[in-house]
Amino acid sequence: MAAIIQVEDLKKVYQMGDVEVQALRGVDFTIHPGEFVAIMGPSGSGKSTLMNLLGCLDTPTSGRYLLDGVPVERLDKNQLAVARNKKIGFVFQQFNLLPRSTARENVELPLVYRGGISTEERQQRAAEALESVGLGDRMDHHPRELSGGQQQRVAIARGLVTRPALLLADEPTGNLDSHASEEIMTLFKNLNEQGITIVLVTHEPDIADHAERQLVIRDGQLASDIRRSEASDSHRVKEEVAHANS
Amino acid sequence: MLTADRTITVPAENVPARTEDEPVDIVLEEQGISLGESMRLAFSSLMANKLRTILTSLGVIIGVMAVIALLAIGKGSQDAIAASITKNGSNMLTVRGGAANAGGARGQFGSGQTLTIQDAQAISDPSNVPAALLVSPESGGGGAQLVAGSQNLGARITGAEPTYQQIHNLSLADGEFVTDAEVTSIDNVVVLGANVATTLYPGGGAVGQSLRIRGQTFRVVGVLNAQGGSGFGSTDDGVLVPISTAQRKLFGDRAITGGGGLLVSSIVVQARDANSINAALDQISTVLRDRHQLPANGASDDFSIINQQDILNTAVQSTKVLTLFLGAIAAISLLVGGIGIMNIMLVSVRERTREIGLRKALGAREKDILTQFLIEALSLSTAGGLIGCLLGMLIAVGVNLSGIVQASVAPLSVVMSIGFAMAVGLFFGIEPARRAAALSPIVALRYD
Repeated sequence: MAAIIQVEDLKKVYQMGDVEVQALRGVDFTIHPGEFVAIMGPSGSGKSTLMNLLGCLDTPTSGRYLLDGVPVERLDKNQLAVARNKKIGFVFQQFNLLPRSTARENVELPLVYRGGISTEERQQRAAEALESVGLGDRMDHHPRELSGGQQQRVAIARGLVTRPALLLADEPTGNLDSHASEEIMTLFKNLNEQGITIVLVTHEPDIADHAERQLVIRDGQLASDIRRSEASDSHRVKEEVAHANS
Repeated sequence: MLTADRTITVPAENVPARTEDEPVDIVLEEQGISLGESMRLAFSSLMANKLRTILTSLGVIIGVMAVIALLAIGKGSQDAIAASITKNGSNMLTVRGGAANAGGARGQFGSGQTLTIQDAQAISDPSNVPAALLVSPESGGGGAQLVAGSQNLGARITGAEPTYQQIHNLSLADGEFVTDAEVTSIDNVVVLGANVATTLYPGGGAVGQSLRIRGQTFRVVGVLNAQGGSGFGSTDDGVLVPISTAQRKLFGDRAITGGGGLLVSSIVVQARDANSINAALDQISTVLRDRHQLPANGASDDFSIINQQDILNTAVQSTKVLTLFLGAIAAISLLVGGIGIMNIMLVSVRERTREIGLRKALGAREKDILTQFLIEALSLSTAGGLIGCLLGMLIAVGVNLSGIVQASVAPLSVVMSIGFAMAVGLFFGIEPARRAAALSPIVALRYD
């Protein structure tokens, strides 16, 4: 089975004035279709840098990143934009919904930038995506009329509407209370069971526990790669992290 | 399945062998956003903040409004001045005594008394001046008090020949004009201007009445229709008498000098058509120089010939300059309006940084963001231009209703000011749009 994500010796160096900051020091891993992966790590670990690279928001300094067959490290800005549009559904901590647009209009947005899709089809697909996250009755609501959990579900519908290879969620529960967080994680699980590949970036072990596989990044390197079968609780992960650090 | 602690290493055969110069197999064919979609996005952002949109356009609205209204009023005044000058036809020449460029203590322009009735007769001779159609020697222009019964009025008195009526395109409300017979027999008859008639004879029936001018009794033979016009000596406020009567009876004390003939103050010549003006000018000049015995080289003319076309050109030129000046001031305000657009657009880019970041994350290319912001700026300036144009036209209509001047909106000024407004919007929209497009999605998404 072809991998969704295949990274090989991925490195990212930032030039801050005269100082070189090595955010990623060579990371290798593969994610296959249908996986639910959490990427964990403390702040400053290179977790965000990895997320930007995986999200095609940035290009690596060196190394290889094959996203659903596309060599991302060789794409220019325009091609990166197209890759983001076609291959990735983003879910952000801040939801990032357009406040003056309705839920349906927000979900339609990636299809607008896809181009070549009729208004009717766009609306149809947006409606389907909203129904799939349980918001079929909130399509014409504006974000301010929705709860935090509902707003995040609109954002997830927006991520799904392009039928991407990968749903990439960056701290999706960071702005939600525990009840809404639980709701969103259940939704992610359901989506994953329907075959959608999900990569979740978080620093909360409780949230990461919902994933079946956990990648821990520390000091710009992959510290551990644990599957749920033997890492059934977060303590175990913490031990692994501690072990990797020792 | 035990895979813990496994460092993920990808088997070499899983990584397709690629070299750097090998073309990327792009499964990512670009479809992109259509112009219609860009416009829809731009309009929905503009509609999202209506008050700001209107305030931003206001600079351009006022600028275009000022350009249209001022140019229309300027054009109106220009037309009015041209019309009053050319009312009697533009192929007119006026010959006056005294050289316009004479030095010494010669007195004011036109005061040199060198033209006689014989000069006028010479010009009238078709063998001398074939290009002349009509010749009207005129005398006087001096004022005198008119007394009719209990009414009296100071008025300008002009001595005229019958040709005066045709040359000045006068029509009579009542009675008839000065005739050749009256000129020959030096009759005491007078033709009243419209205002003079209504002042002296408020009840009407002026023709046939008598009035006194400088102690002499004159019979009213005609009343002119109101000619309107302004400035340049309206006939409405003057009276006309036979030229011989003016020369010998009214202004006799300064009638006879050097040449021995009776003086005329000016000779108005109507050329056959606009093309023969220059020929007429040369011919008149030749006749007069010959009659006044001026050597062919050396001595300058002791008369001057004023071309009506020159006066018209000068007047039109000066109003044109004024109009351009007003238009330029208005255009500056339009430019200021453009700077207002740029200012708001820059603020808007900053304010919407996160939104731009989101759009980019969702697949907007730099071109898409650039287009959206450019369309926003262009819409602001175009809408401002159209509204300003409408308001400018309303002002022109208002000015017309007020009757001060007949403002006329030139289609060219409409096209140009709207075009200029659009260019201003485009020019000042480029920098904000470029900044928006250049934002890095990573930075923009973290911005708050």
